[in-house]
Amino acid sequence: MRSLLTLLAALTLWAVPATAQTQGGPLRLELTEGVIEPLPFAVPDLVAESTQASDFATRIARVIAQDLSGTGLFREIPAEAHIGRITSFDSPVEFADWRAINAQALVTGSVSVDGAGRLVVKFRIHDVFAGQELGRGQQLVGDADGWRRIAHKVADQVYSRITGEGGYFDSRVVFVSESGPKDQRAKRLAIMDYDGANLRYLTDAATIVLAPRFSPTGDRVLYTSYETGFPRIYLLDVANVGRRVLPTIDGTMSFAPRFSPDGRTVVYSLTQNGNTDLYTMDIASGASTRLTTAPSIETAPSYSPDGSRIVFESDRSGTPQLYIMDARGGEAQRISFGQGRYGTPVWSPRGDLIAFTKQAKGRFHIGVMRLDGSEERLLTASFLDEGPTWAPNGRVIMFTRETQGAQGEARLYSVDITGRNLKQVPTTGGASDPAWSPLQD
Amino acid sequence: MTYLSKTMILVAGLALAACTNPDRFEDQNNVNLNGTGLSGSASDPTSPAYFQQAIGDRVLFAVDQSTLSPEAQAVLDGQAGWLMTNRDFTATIEGHADEQGTREYNLALGARRANSVQEYLISRGVAANRLRTVSYGKERPIEICSNEACYAKNRRAVTVLAAGLGS
Repeated sequence: MRSLLTLLAALTLWAVPATAQTQGGPLRLELTEGVIEPLPFAVPDLVAESTQASDFATRIARVIAQDLSGTGLFREIPAEAHIGRITSFDSPVEFADWRAINAQALVTGSVSVDGAGRLVVKFRIHDVFAGQELGRGQQLVGDADGWRRIAHKVADQVYSRITGEGGYFDSRVVFVSESGPKDQRAKRLAIMDYDGANLRYLTDAATIVLAPRFSPTGDRVLYTSYETGFPRIYLLDVANVGRRVLPTIDGTMSFAPRFSPDGRTVVYSLTQNGNTDLYTMDIASGASTRLTTAPSIETAPSYSPDGSRIVFESDRSGTPQLYIMDARGGEAQRISFGQGRYGTPVWSPRGDLIAFTKQAKGRFHIGVMRLDGSEERLLTASFLDEGPTWAPNGRVIMFTRETQGAQGEARLYSVDITGRNLKQVPTTGGASDPAWSPLQD
Repeated sequence: MTYLSKTMILVAGLALAACTNPDRFEDQNNVNLNGTGLSGSASDPTSPAYFQQAIGDRVLFAVDQSTLSPEAQAVLDGQAGWLMTNRDFTATIEGHADEQGTREYNLALGARRANSVQEYLISRGVAANRLRTVSYGKERPIEICSNEACYAKNRRAVTVLAAGLGS
């Protein structure tokens, strides 16, 4: 009899040292492909408390199920296999009916529409084999057109209570939507839910835009645009799509902007006379401070979650490698020592890992390593993978995968930090440079 | 002289509508070098077409490098000589990288390449205020295959002429 705790144990397996072998040479690393049995669950349609509410009873249940199944950690037992029927939210659950189909977790819920036309969703999570509720029932209220967010929030609760970790379903992704041939590619900034729903464009395709990043509260986006003919950094308000260019020095290029964890500072690259260094800018005053003064390229910075340090990419050693320095500048420690070139480091929201792009032997990889460079693990391999971004819970990484050749096209993929569950994120047409938002309120 | 400048601006305006060269991007002052004689005949040594075709508007780089080969220097000597003679033109040097590299690193690498060309032209006597640089990283390949034959052509710095005196 497997309990829900089995999954929790499996989830923590990744922390076991990877299959790294030291063989008298540089560290050799292999993909870890630990296989776990997904936990079977059931989400019958919510109980509709009115005719109006019945529109949402199935749809909300489906999104909850897709969120959970999409993690690769859960397996849905489809409605056709169900023996039990949930006809009233408050009646006791006949656990035997759900044990019989081997559902280990059961999510039940109801949906009604209140006087203001808002959806009211109640839900409970049941540990079927223990025959009891897991935590307490909850209620969510929201506008009807936000029904997907309500479903994501329920799924986040299920994920969180079963795994003991934060969820990531009620989140968004800002990215670059691509169209047209490789030598004249049109790029637009776009935003969507983490699962590809509710796509909205934030800029038109008139100019090249690159590498957007969310503010810590998800309401603003920093990105690079060629609107003036030269790369410059823009700050965009997601709600009203208003944007402004950040001040810079004439005759320079500025790019690779990222927010500090308090949302008040931008760390970015500035190129002057062909030399690229890192700077910070106070957003309110526009005042910049130089962090590095090397003749090498310093770019792709990322703050630690506490804002005290910055990991970045530099070719000061001759090839691009990863370094960590104090957020105010100063001496940097190199952390990448494997064979190949390392770029685009991104600090995990938990603070314990750095995700990166690695280029070795003509292939590109997305990988993760500890802050001291140890336990490097490559999660993917392809012709061109780049630009990792972390899910809010630090469990999943989204990135760009571009295919080879004249017809090559960029798409978004996600993979979890064990290297399992690699899959394409649905987008209409080409897509690159994803940045994952924090969990929404 | 005033008359000539006006003519050049008019030409630039006309050329914009007919612009087809993928290297030409975003710049409102680009002179069309592919067109039907708007920018002059390649047999006219004062024409942008001559600059592009007879002198060569671009130099290529080795993987990850921004140093100028002897061949590149010879092309740039020609560019410098032309720019010294034809002083009504300014130039934007566009640096590019092939697709084998991350986006932001390649932006910085393209900037290094453009800067190498700019510094060389200045060392050959071209006034610094007639030159500026921009990098497109790997955003604007001219060849789209994914092998070294194409990559070699994409690792480039292109000197794009514009009408008008330097500021």
